[in-house]
Amino acid sequence: MKVANVFQQKKVTTFILLSLLLVMAFASSIIFGQTPISAEEAVRSFTSFDQNLTSHIVVRYDRLPRAVIGTVVGAGLAVSGTLMQAMTRNPMASPSIFGINNGAIFFIVVGMVFFSVSSLVSLMWLAFAGAALAALIVYILGSLGRDGLTPVKIVLAGAAISALFQSYTQGILVFDEAGLQDVLFWLAGSVSGRTLDMLIPVLPFIVTAMITALLMGRAINLLVTGDDIAKGMGQNILLIKAAMGAIVVVLAGSSVAIVGAVGFIGLVIPHIARFFAGTDYRWILPYSAILGAFLLVGADVAARLVIRPQEVPIGVMTAIIGGPFFIYIARRGLKSL
Amino acid sequence: MKPAITVRSSRFSFIFEKRTVIINLILFFLAVFACVIGPMLGHTLLSPYEVVTALFGNGSGANEFIVMQSRLPRTLLSLVAGAALGVSGMILQGIVRNPLAAPDIIGVTGGGAVAAVIFLTYGAGLSIQFLPLAAVTGSLLVAVLTYFLAWQRGITPIRLVLIGIGISAIMSAGTTFMIVVSSAVTASQAYLWLTGSVYGASWNDVGILVTVVFLTIPVTMVFSRSLNTQQLGNDTALGLGVRLQLDRLILLLFSVILAGSAVALVGAVGFVGLIAPHIARTLVGKTHGALTLASASSGALLLFGADLAARTLFYPVDIPAGVFTAGVGAPFFLYLLFRNRHHM
Repeated sequence: MKVANVFQQKKVTTFILLSLLLVMAFASSIIFGQTPISAEEAVRSFTSFDQNLTSHIVVRYDRLPRAVIGTVVGAGLAVSGTLMQAMTRNPMASPSIFGINNGAIFFIVVGMVFFSVSSLVSLMWLAFAGAALAALIVYILGSLGRDGLTPVKIVLAGAAISALFQSYTQGILVFDEAGLQDVLFWLAGSVSGRTLDMLIPVLPFIVTAMITALLMGRAINLLVTGDDIAKGMGQNILLIKAAMGAIVVVLAGSSVAIVGAVGFIGLVIPHIARFFAGTDYRWILPYSAILGAFLLVGADVAARLVIRPQEVPIGVMTAIIGGPFFIYIARRGLKSL
Repeated sequence: MKPAITVRSSRFSFIFEKRTVIINLILFFLAVFACVIGPMLGHTLLSPYEVVTALFGNGSGANEFIVMQSRLPRTLLSLVAGAALGVSGMILQGIVRNPLAAPDIIGVTGGGAVAAVIFLTYGAGLSIQFLPLAAVTGSLLVAVLTYFLAWQRGITPIRLVLIGIGISAIMSAGTTFMIVVSSAVTASQAYLWLTGSVYGASWNDVGILVTVVFLTIPVTMVFSRSLNTQQLGNDTALGLGVRLQLDRLILLLFSVILAGSAVALVGAVGFVGLIAPHIARTLVGKTHGALTLASASSGALLLFGADLAARTLFYPVDIPAGVFTAGVGAPFFLYLLFRNRHHM
């Protein structure tokens, strides 16, 4: 009992530390950038907002949305990645295996090239629709057959559907080279220029999905022991997997819809979370959320500062910051699923 | 009649099931057939007879030029590059025991891509002929880096996969960054390379790849017993007397050589290395002897079909073959997946 308590305490302490890091990253995201803004000025822009001050406008309409979107999207991607890896019991799985990224990108490219959609909000809904459609196809294909949704089937169906959408996208882009630059930047992902108008319509779904995910830790612990055991213990694995699938679509779909294809977080943060939190999904899920949010917000700050006045695409920055760290802990010994 | 033929010596042993032999033969003849179909289609349509006579040097001058200088090398390059990618993917999936493994997991694709994009951005003065050299150098460097980072008193599949994920994420970040900051012309050139194509295939390219493929595949088959045993897990394989680390190193090396040379010549063609082994598995089963040949033929036909579709469907526009590997392969693979839905 004593030993267990020490472990629990350690996990709580680490969790609090990581949360503090996230808060710091959030604060620096508001303060640092093209126009440096002092902390007092930032606070004042909330307490006594003055429309004539550039700094206040920057904080309220640029920096704050970025930081909030970074937090929500980072957490969403990481949690959906964790669910995906648990559901497929495959350490190489990520939301993109559900076809989510490529489905969204395909819809975006079709929208941009054939229907000249350009407003970010309409593109967001297009992306979301594409992500949901791709995931639905993968889910149905993966569930066909006697044994229902097996890890191998879902992974293979996902890889094929995902590649199929990518193939269509590339086909369109080969013909339309002019659109390539825009799309490429979008492919790399970015949180700049995103307004809260993009987040607010989907926020209720994201919050519901996130809370449900965090409450599912115990069920997932049972599921990862294997379909047969989970069934034998009386778990309705069909329901659990369907719920996980739906959460992945909402979280990863809205993330890709808002910021574009940031692939690294959903793949790697689950491993880092397991490194800190062990094998219990009641801990792994909240750790994933915090770590994902921290990495995306932190990477966004770095992306603004590295090659000023230009910005590095956020997807590039997350991999450059997170990649070496991930390799380091992979060598230290990562927990298996 | 026995359903299987056994070939056995002290160093290796194969059991060929009759069924898998027949399927492999069919696949092989399809590949040979492709060598006639490929040169037939294009701007000037040729009859099979004209192609065959041109192949044996008896055709008319124009036909012979079209077949021997343009269409045949292109067909052959797509076949051997596809075979190389297919076998490379099969070896990797066998070693790391993960159905999602593909040549990019040992950094071959990522390393090649970064090197190619760097070459396109900064090597403006150099001839484009050096691009394959740059790509293969990048592939090898990154593969070696991945191997050493994953080494810790030996290589374990899970560590190799995870290090591979990390490395390829960093590499693709590097590639994206270079593309975003470079000029539009370089960007579309780089994008073409990343998609992969068999444009401008020369007999030289074909010669290099044929040598690589025909040297590597037989040796891979000798190691198929080790690969089969590795599927049982580290401990069992060690207990059965597999020299695990040495065999892994050799097999990884083959896989890097195959994928590295293919990627250098045709670019970062996706999907073939991932899906060809799965197509082969649904056709001939999971033992690696017959699977090696079937993966090679599946990969070859996949890339050939993709290139054929890419250069004929939207004629006169010639689309990179990489665009169609999934377009051609994914529907077929999904059909196989559906047919085997009760057994996966």
